[in-house]
Amino acid sequence: MIEPVKLEYKIRGSDFINAGEASSGTKKALNRLGVSPAAVKRAAIAMYEAEINAVIHADGGEAEVFIYSDHVIIRIIDQGPGIPDVSLAMQEGWSTAPDIAREMGFGAGMGLPNIKKHSDDMSIETEIGKGTTVTITVRFQV
Amino acid sequence: MAKLHSVRLNEDKCVGCTNCIKKCPTEAIRVRDGKARIAEERCIDCGECIKVCPHHAKSAEMDTLDALKPYRYTIALAAPSLYAQFGTPATRPMVLAALLNIGFDDVYEVAIGAEVVTKGTCDYLPLARSSSRLPLISSACPAVVRVIQEKYPGLIDNLVPFDSPMEVTAELARRDALARTNLKPQEIGIFFISPCPAKRTAVTNPIGNRLTQVDGVLAIAEVYPQILAKLEKMNPDQVVEFEQRILADATGVGWGASGGEAMGLQTEKYLVVDGIHNVIDILEEIENERLRDIEFIEANSCMGGCIGGPLTVANRFSAKSRMNRYIQEALVFEAEHQDSVYKPDRDVIRPWTEMPQANNALTLDPDIFKALEKYEQMEKITHHLPGLDCGACGAPDCAALAEDIVRGLAVESDCIFKLKERIRSVAAQMSELEFEMNRHTKPAEGEQEHGHT
Repeated sequence: MIEPVKLEYKIRGSDFINAGEASSGTKKALNRLGVSPAAVKRAAIAMYEAEINAVIHADGGEAEVFIYSDHVIIRIIDQGPGIPDVSLAMQEGWSTAPDIAREMGFGAGMGLPNIKKHSDDMSIETEIGKGTTVTITVRFQV
Repeated sequence: MAKLHSVRLNEDKCVGCTNCIKKCPTEAIRVRDGKARIAEERCIDCGECIKVCPHHAKSAEMDTLDALKPYRYTIALAAPSLYAQFGTPATRPMVLAALLNIGFDDVYEVAIGAEVVTKGTCDYLPLARSSSRLPLISSACPAVVRVIQEKYPGLIDNLVPFDSPMEVTAELARRDALARTNLKPQEIGIFFISPCPAKRTAVTNPIGNRLTQVDGVLAIAEVYPQILAKLEKMNPDQVVEFEQRILADATGVGWGASGGEAMGLQTEKYLVVDGIHNVIDILEEIENERLRDIEFIEANSCMGGCIGGPLTVANRFSAKSRMNRYIQEALVFEAEHQDSVYKPDRDVIRPWTEMPQANNALTLDPDIFKALEKYEQMEKITHHLPGLDCGACGAPDCAALAEDIVRGLAVESDCIFKLKERIRSVAAQMSELEFEMNRHTKPAEGEQEHGHT
């Protein structure tokens, strides 16, 4: 089994200027690797949403990306407040984003549902006061 | 095989500087052996390198007026941006008459095709809405279509799937000419007067359809002096004659500058972006689904739209001011001459028969396992390079050099800092060896003295 390509990024909290760098870097890598445009798009959208969540809610965190020959695993790790009720947070339109984020067009409550929509597998590990890890899997062939 | 791009390098003028490699949006240029080389498969013909080269070493391979010779009947298609090259007292009928006088048998306004495409796009919007192809992205700028094929292939389905105003106008012109003359289609030559090289490539390699109706593409800059000369000796009767012809309305004329295409659409939810680097930023936003409220994107590779094209003559800002005047005049003309304004004919819209394909020029290897390996290597090399992105190696930045090394097109010592490091270490080794050598060959002091006695 060939080792996956591993990419790592720092995500800075409340930094809306550079938000999205991790997902855009990952997208570039997937394009270079010849992954199908549809899969690249799904991975990029799912990762972008998770990355923005870490920027808005958790004062940043890290992104780890493992690219295999047929799928990619994206992990967004933060040490933020945690999600009290995951099933509630998975509902479209539900949001706890601060006003400033909403004014910038973020935090419409589409984040987690959108990640789920664009990924083949998604899991959330969260602990109140400790942080949240969102793990996203996107397969390259449908 | 038809050439994939129309931007060319003049080797004699190229001094091998870093201006073009830095500006190219697809990293298609490398300086090798002191000269810039354009990677055919990556060039999107945006013309940024033509604009930025201080030595004018980049040019576009375009047709000349000689290309008219084989045809019995020739028609010029005037891009809306052509008008904006000429200031007062020139009017649209005057520019069209002057263009005719330089040696064509007829002239057509591409603004007419633009109106057809505007109408088609309006009609297509509801379908795009229901098939989740929003935002629609204008396909009129070939450089934008090509950058999507290369960097954002996931957005190909968002393109407006119709031929450009140039093709639509050419189709109309050929139809009319066939009806009016007894000539065969191949005896009629149709020439687009273009602000950019990308339009020529769109003729040598048509987008969305295998066949083009255009027989040649001439740069605005090529015909500019002739038109100017004809404008100076304009016959007033001829101008009157042109004023009585069917003219395009303001919607079509407006396409010459950024914002003109969106202006004619029946949606307020549009976004206008110009300049290829800005276009790329917006495409990134679309791909991240960050533009959910937008239904239409007008994207122009050149700043200011077509009036900012690399093969235009007038300064873009003065052209913009003139464009506004031509639009105002068109509005007045429309109000006064309702029956001599062109009414878009729906049946001339030319839907694409084959969607543009993804261009995988950026892919490291067709085999994903090899690509992964190369990517890993590339990351390592990038990490190892100084990260100054100086361009002295001939690649636009350190990451691009790392890519070239992995592709086997460059070596690490192409980096002058790496080369210096190597020279330094070789020099250190040399002096070490010299010391060793002296120690072994030179006799010790005492022995030497002993030897002399």
